[in-house]
Amino acid sequence: MDIFLQQVINGLSLGSIYALIALGYTMVYGIIKLINFAHGEIYMIGAYIGFFAITALGIGFFPALIISMVGCAILGMVIEKIAYKPLRNSSRIAALITAIGVSLFLQYTGVFFFKAEPKVFPKILSDGRMNIFGTKAYISYQQLTIFVVTILLMLLLQYIVHFTKTGKAMRAVAYDKDAATLMGINTNNTISMTFAIGSALAGAAGVMVGVYYSAITPLMGVMPGLKAFVAAVLGGIGIIPGAFTGGMILGLIEAMVSGYGNSLYRDAVAFFILIVILIIKPTGLFGKNEKEKV
Amino acid sequence: MKINRQLVFNLSLAFILFFLIHFLMSAKIISQYYQLNIYLLFINIIMATSLNLVNGFLGQLHLGHAGFMAIGAYTSAAMTTNMDLPFLPSILVGSIAAFVVGVLVGYPILRLGGDYLAIATLGFGEIVRIMIVNTEYVGGARGLSGIPRYTNWPILFLITVAIILLIRNYINSSHGRAVLSIREDEIAAETMGINLTKYKVMTFAIAAFFAGTAGALYAHYFFIITPATFNFLKSVDYLVMAVLGGLGSITGSIFAATGLTIISALLQDFGAVRMIAYSVVLVAIMLFRPSGLMGTKEMKFSFLDKKGGNKE
Repeated sequence: MDIFLQQVINGLSLGSIYALIALGYTMVYGIIKLINFAHGEIYMIGAYIGFFAITALGIGFFPALIISMVGCAILGMVIEKIAYKPLRNSSRIAALITAIGVSLFLQYTGVFFFKAEPKVFPKILSDGRMNIFGTKAYISYQQLTIFVVTILLMLLLQYIVHFTKTGKAMRAVAYDKDAATLMGINTNNTISMTFAIGSALAGAAGVMVGVYYSAITPLMGVMPGLKAFVAAVLGGIGIIPGAFTGGMILGLIEAMVSGYGNSLYRDAVAFFILIVILIIKPTGLFGKNEKEKV
Repeated sequence: MKINRQLVFNLSLAFILFFLIHFLMSAKIISQYYQLNIYLLFINIIMATSLNLVNGFLGQLHLGHAGFMAIGAYTSAAMTTNMDLPFLPSILVGSIAAFVVGVLVGYPILRLGGDYLAIATLGFGEIVRIMIVNTEYVGGARGLSGIPRYTNWPILFLITVAIILLIRNYINSSHGRAVLSIREDEIAAETMGINLTKYKVMTFAIAAFFAGTAGALYAHYFFIITPATFNFLKSVDYLVMAVLGGLGSITGSIFAATGLTIISALLQDFGAVRMIAYSVVLVAIMLFRPSGLMGTKEMKFSFLDKKGGNKE
């Protein structure tokens, strides 16, 4: 029971990270129907921005988190403007291959500038942990921070999407881009905004992972990026609560596999879930079925 | 009987090339390093053209081709290394293993469209790699070593030419036309009575078969194979080749595979720069020439077509 509780805690903190990254995937996919493969790399850059902010500027965790979010938001918008915007009317395959190209570009530019060796992330949050209801399961302050920050960001996102003009525009563009344009919504700005918000969330995830695992590498974004995509598909791509739920479920399953089974199979499980969900219900847990029209 | 002048000419050109390289290799004019890259080049050609079959001709985005290569490589290498079987049957078994997996995997996932298929194939490639890491019989993460070096120049060359011819004939057959019609418009193709699932799975599995062959040839040249070799980046390498050459052009894939193998051989010492260059090329092609260098055209020697006869 104690092990189970411990794995639930580990799973939820891992799941929070996946959820934050998955939100960016899902928002971008919802609005321009593109799998932004470079999203995992934005998360990696976020971790490095956090690292340099803490080591070079000597600031605390929360200012570093905010600097990283702002940096990633700008990066996300720049990528969208340079690489994806010219391709908005071309084939899906072309856009997808471009996204893979951007992802490789960021990875190896990272390797070139930051070197492939892992960098040790400074210990900026206390190492303490607390006991849960007298059991042998513990929750560390780092995990607690990850939870709280994720929940706060989720609430903020819900607020932006549902109660602001920008959010309304985003929903309108996701629903029907042409109609939104006709109603006077600036589609380009709205898409940029979506990239900015999604990338900021990935940046936050990057800094928190840096603190949690205390090592960052230029290729750290590949696996979490792919798995967060799995999470987004699991919850139903394009649906914001779906991404959150999918991330949490994936985190829990992975923690259970590492805790009870063979941790080497952890990565395979995520992809196995992906294939199963794609075969059984490609629209994901929260998705609605749409009839194919001629 | 009509003689296909293009084919005869291309084949004779190929055999001149064969004897030329054979001579240069046996006379040791080509250094060991370049010899290795020539072998790699031909394996890359097989991989790029077979991937083009799915991505270019069938129009389905497949991102896990290295997974099939791994299946072929490991199956055949396990047969020669662990069971002391001869080379040619083990290539065949490796290829058939990849084919069977291609059918089993292709059946459910090819129902998915566009992006979902891309992610599913990507996931498939990763699953294969992780399975191999966890299989101690083939060395796990350390890799399988001590594979006999059976791949030699004539075998490699003949198999490559044979595979290119097979792919070309497949595309030019009535099956091939069905495949092309699926690429152009699935709904229209289905209305015309084309069995989508059958042709999708068949094409996917044929591509898997050839990837398995390439894997077997790869394993028996490099002595050692590790699961890390067949990761997502490897699949992307082949994707870049197919896309650069032109999705839907066999000659395009051959040229792109040749060009990129030479470039990566020259940039061997600059790992990160090479990958940056790769990615910039990939994005630039998509932005400025999304159809690739050759588009869907094949290179032909037009002076051979003078007397009419064989118009393709």
